[in-house]
Amino acid sequence: MINLARRRLLITGVAAAAGASGLGVAARLARKHGLIPPDGGGIYGLGETLSYASQRLLTRHAMAREFPRSSISARPFPNEIAPLTEEFKRHQAAHFADWRLRVDGMVAQPTSFSMADLRSCPARSHITELTCEEGWSYIAEWTGVPLSHVLNQVGVHPQAKYVVYTSMEPDTWDSIDMADALHPQTFLCYGLNGDELPVPHGGPVRMRVPRQIGYKNLKFITYLTVTDDLKRFGKGLGSAAAEFGYAWYTGI
Amino acid sequence: MATLGSAQLPAEASLPSAVSAAPVAKPAPRHSALVRVAHWILTIGFFALLLTGIEIVISHPRFYWGETGTVLTKPLFQLPIPSSRKLVPTGYAFVLPDQNGWSRALHFEAAWIAVLTGLLYAIYGLLTGHFRKNLLPSKADISWRALWASFTKRLRLERPSEAEAFSYNGLQRFSYLVVIFVLFPLVIWSGLAMSLGFVSAFPWAVNLLGGRQSARTIHFFVSLALVLFLVVHVGMVWLAGFWKRTAAMITGRTAARKEDA
Repeated sequence: MINLARRRLLITGVAAAAGASGLGVAARLARKHGLIPPDGGGIYGLGETLSYASQRLLTRHAMAREFPRSSISARPFPNEIAPLTEEFKRHQAAHFADWRLRVDGMVAQPTSFSMADLRSCPARSHITELTCEEGWSYIAEWTGVPLSHVLNQVGVHPQAKYVVYTSMEPDTWDSIDMADALHPQTFLCYGLNGDELPVPHGGPVRMRVPRQIGYKNLKFITYLTVTDDLKRFGKGLGSAAAEFGYAWYTGI
Repeated sequence: MATLGSAQLPAEASLPSAVSAAPVAKPAPRHSALVRVAHWILTIGFFALLLTGIEIVISHPRFYWGETGTVLTKPLFQLPIPSSRKLVPTGYAFVLPDQNGWSRALHFEAAWIAVLTGLLYAIYGLLTGHFRKNLLPSKADISWRALWASFTKRLRLERPSEAEAFSYNGLQRFSYLVVIFVLFPLVIWSGLAMSLGFVSAFPWAVNLLGGRQSARTIHFFVSLALVLFLVVHVGMVWLAGFWKRTAAMITGRTAARKEDA
C-alpha cells in the first residue's frame, strides 16, 4: 500500500517536473525563434503566444485566399474613421500631391516617397476579403505596391524584425513582423476596385495585410520605421490597439 | 468495506474468496482522475468561451450565409439585441460599451486550453477504452424504442434508478457521444475556419463550410446547441441529486447505496 502510494507520488512528481521543464524549454525556444508576440505577457499572454507561434510555424508562407472577380462585394463597407484633421483636409484639398511616406529605422537609405513615387513602383493587385474583428467581411480588389518592394528599395538590415507603421489619424500606429512585411500579399494599398482608394477606406494609402484582421490594415499611412525591438514604441506592446487590449497578432 | 458493494457488481461478488484475501485495492473511482480534471477545466473554459462569445456577437448581432456580409447587405437574420458598435442598425437608441479586445483574447486563450484538454481526453478515452466501455450504448440501448423510453422517463422528471449512479443510461451515452464527437469538432472547425492565418494554410477548412460568414453562422448555432446541452445536462444532474453527482465528479467517489435504502 505504502509502496503503491509512494510510487504514485513519485510518478506524479516526475511527470510534473518533466512538464514544467518542458514548458521552460518551449518558452526558451519560442523566444529564440521570435515566436513570442510583443503583447505575450499578462493574463492573455499564453493564448496570444500559442496563436502567434503556431501560426508562424504552420503558415509563414501561406497565401490568403484570393477570389474570382465575380465575387467582389457590390458595396465595400468603410468602417468608421476619426474626424479628419485640418492637416489631412489640406492634403485632401491638394489631391495628396504633398503626401509623404517616410521610411527610416534599420534601413540603408532612409527615404521619403510621394504618392507619385509609390504609383511608379510596379503595381500589384489581389482580390481578397477584408474581415473585421466585429464579424463582418467583404471582398474587394486591392491595388498597391508590395511592402516588400519598398523595403527592398530602402535596403532593410538583416537584423530587422518588425515594421512599425503610423497613420495620420492621431495616436494610431501598428506593427507587423518580417514574415508579414515581406509577404507578397502585403501592400501599401492605394487602389480599390480599379479606382483610387477612397478616403473613408484609408486613401491615399493604407496598409493591406490580408492574413490579418481589419484593424491591422491601418488607413492614411505616413510613416514606416524598421526595427528589431518593439519595446521602444509606445508601451512596448507592438501597437496602439494592443494598449487598449486589442491583440497585436490577429491571424486568428 | 468498499461501498461500491458486491451487490452492485455481481461479477465481482462471484470471484473466489482467495482474491479478496489479497491486499484490498480501493474501489475504482466512479470517474477517473483525468475525466474529472478534464471535466472541470472544460466547464471553466466553456463559460469563458460563452461569455466572451456573447460579447463578440454583440459587436455585430447580424448573421449571413456565404462568404461575405456587412451592414450594407441583407442579413440571414439579426438578433433583436443592442450592439456595441454604432454603425450597426439595431433599432436601439443606445450603443453598448465595446468589450471586444479582452473578449477576443480570452475567447482564444480559453479555446486553446479547452481544445488541448479535449485532445488529451480524446487520446485517453481511446487508449483506455473509456469511450467504448462507458459511452458506447449497448445494443439494447440503441433501438428507437429504448431511446424513446429513456427520453420520456426524463420528460416525466422521474428520478433515475440507482444503477444510473454507476453507469450512464442509453440516452445519456448517446447525447455525450454527440457532444464529444459531433458538436465539439464542429465548433472547433467552424471557429478555426474564421482564423485568417489558419485558412491561408488550409483554405478547404472554410470553403467546405460554404464561406467565412457561413462558418460564423454555423459556429453560432453549434454554440447554441452546446448551451442547450449544458442546460439539460445540469437539469438531469439536478434531478439525480445535484450535490451527490457533483461530488462524484470532484472526488471520484459515489455515495453508498445503503444511504438510499
